[in-house]
Amino acid sequence: MLARRNPQLNAHGELIHLLSIEGLPRAILTQILDTAGTFLSVNDRDVKKVPLLRGKSVFNLFFENSTRTRTTFEIAAKRLSADVINLDIAKSSASKGESLLDTIANLSAMHADMFVVRHSESGAPYLIARHCAPHVHVVNAGDGRHAHPTQGLLDMYTIRHYKKSFNELTVAIVGDIVHSRVARSDIHALTTLGAPEIRAVGPKTLVPGDLREMGVRVCHDMREGVKDADVIIMLRLQNERMSGAMLPSAGEYFKSFGLTEDLLALARPDAIVMHPGPINRGVEIDSRVADGSHSVILPQVTFGIAVRMAVMSILAGNDA
Amino acid sequence: MKIMIRNGRVVDPASGRDEAADVAIAAGRIVAIGQVPADFTPERTIEADGCVVAPGLVDLAARLKEPGPGALESELAAAAAGGVTSLVCPPDMDPPLDEPGLVDMLKFRARKLSRCRLFPLGALTQGLGGAEITEMIDLTEAGCVGFSQAEAPMRDNLTLSRAMQYASTRGYTVWLRPQDASLSGGVAASGAVATRLGLSGVPVASETIALHTVIELVRQTGARVHFCRLSSAAGVDIVRRAKAEGLPVTADVSINSLHLTDIDIGYFNADMRLTPPLRQGKDRDALRAGLADGTIDALVSDHTPIGHDDKMLPFGEAVPGATGLELLLSLALKWGNESKLTLAQSLARVTSEPVRVLGEALGSLGQSAGRLVEGGVADVCVFDPDAEWQVTPEALHSRGKHTPFDAASSGTRMPGRVRHTLVAGTLAWSAAAGANAA
Repeated sequence: MLARRNPQLNAHGELIHLLSIEGLPRAILTQILDTAGTFLSVNDRDVKKVPLLRGKSVFNLFFENSTRTRTTFEIAAKRLSADVINLDIAKSSASKGESLLDTIANLSAMHADMFVVRHSESGAPYLIARHCAPHVHVVNAGDGRHAHPTQGLLDMYTIRHYKKSFNELTVAIVGDIVHSRVARSDIHALTTLGAPEIRAVGPKTLVPGDLREMGVRVCHDMREGVKDADVIIMLRLQNERMSGAMLPSAGEYFKSFGLTEDLLALARPDAIVMHPGPINRGVEIDSRVADGSHSVILPQVTFGIAVRMAVMSILAGNDA
Repeated sequence: MKIMIRNGRVVDPASGRDEAADVAIAAGRIVAIGQVPADFTPERTIEADGCVVAPGLVDLAARLKEPGPGALESELAAAAAGGVTSLVCPPDMDPPLDEPGLVDMLKFRARKLSRCRLFPLGALTQGLGGAEITEMIDLTEAGCVGFSQAEAPMRDNLTLSRAMQYASTRGYTVWLRPQDASLSGGVAASGAVATRLGLSGVPVASETIALHTVIELVRQTGARVHFCRLSSAAGVDIVRRAKAEGLPVTADVSINSLHLTDIDIGYFNADMRLTPPLRQGKDRDALRAGLADGTIDALVSDHTPIGHDDKMLPFGEAVPGATGLELLLSLALKWGNESKLTLAQSLARVTSEPVRVLGEALGSLGQSAGRLVEGGVADVCVFDPDAEWQVTPEALHSRGKHTPFDAASSGTRMPGRVRHTLVAGTLAWSAAAGANAA
């Protein structure tokens, strides 16, 4: 059953690619979070560099545009002293008709050590991991609707930072869950780390009932969804969903599922509000909440760099 | 040429015959089964000790990747190697089979290869555009055995209704893939696996809505319809009820849907990218039961050769389809073994039953194709039921090397190995020779 062996792990159960949080043992998630903690102090130093990836080449392969995620990976790799090469493939080889695997073969020939991949198709990083040279590590930086594991991990780092433990947490994830790779990665991570109640909150078009099979409680009412929550993760509503058959308008969405101060008051008094960014003020979140005392949206960004450093340094230390 | 097949176990699903017997063949026909005349002097003898002598397989769905240099040659060789002596190909070639000249040409080229009988389905509408119906009478005279839209949608129900009406004027069968165009844009079956993997889904409603619509039009037009590749438990139920009502409908299922579920997608294995998509365990169970109880008439390979480059893509971008002609017999036997059916019952779904689906369209050939009868055509498959094998893509004759049953990824053990295939009394393939022995 070759195709069914978890391609992220080597024969010793060590992480060699980070493709999805699903199927990773709790020990590996904890190792990443703990390692990220040690890197956080590096980011506070005057000289923000450690030599762990010196001489290594990290290729950022973004088949789908994302300045923000690419930048955080670039910063993380540079702080580990790696050489970083950014390739905006959406504008180069793919448009010349080169196939995905030809692109990978070419870049492998340039002695890449790590590929950070974003692609619009679910599962694309798995194809790359299956066909790249054995010494190359692949990090999924977001594939289709499937997974965004480093975002999931930085969300877990943030939650652990503020809440210490997952064991009694109620976490509400609000918004376009059906199309969200962030939501899927968060759900798998929270489940693995032992959060007892995960709620998926939104209208039925964006939060269909079969999400229950991922182990979440589905809520179609915002008040019920955020009530007594310890953590509220707001998802970005993509522009293309704001009108059409999924939702009538951004305005009606905000009325029923936007996070306002009144709704936040239903959550625990010490609840934190998270968002993977970039935020749509007045669409999924009210500005007073986004900028308020419960918001940890900016610390998430800071933690994100430490988490990506942790992932890259752990991968570089493991052989296929 | 006179051929004697000696000492085999003759299994003829249509008559229920299952006994050790010799089979004598002359001038393309079976002259005797069992009591061979003493003066019969074969020019060639096939020793069939330990083997089953069965009718050649009839596959109601195999694509030939036409046009393409050598494509017809390789795919008909694959058919012969798989024991398939008659195959029906859908009209979605390039250009689509919507003109008699195209059908003539295809049939002529296939005949010259003498590997397998080829029965094309004509396009139901011009260019498969779903708007204007084709010259069905001329196409039938050219050799089409029915009319199909393949995977293409009809423009609207009015056009579908007219096409069915027109076809039924002459008693032609309309072959339809039950799928609602607007609901079938996904790349995997809706459900827990698609949700988890973040793949867009095709809901069961795509199939059930189309079935309900077509069945209502069957009631109104009286047209005979064959439903291609059922994929869901709900779909099997609807067809069962339509048959109970006495409507002239038949159905088939693919080897893939019969044996696999969406869980087999694993980590985005593009070999599992299929149309219709693999559904859940309860659907597979219902399809298996439906095939056993006769709700589903035939098992088909749904053979679709896909080039390597078209599968080396992310799951959603990979071209759907899998090679199947060389797997059909083994996967029919595997299903039969697992369902505790007799050999004759398993073989019926790939021999006599598909011939019954084709009905009048086969003309006089319909009397004996898919069967072993004295005086009938000698389309024969000799196979070793106890031989087990695994699918290694390089060993396949088809140009399509991708299959969910690839030993490397699935480890599937395949029961039954074809030893000899005869088409019209001529050896089209022989395992020993490995090539055209005619």
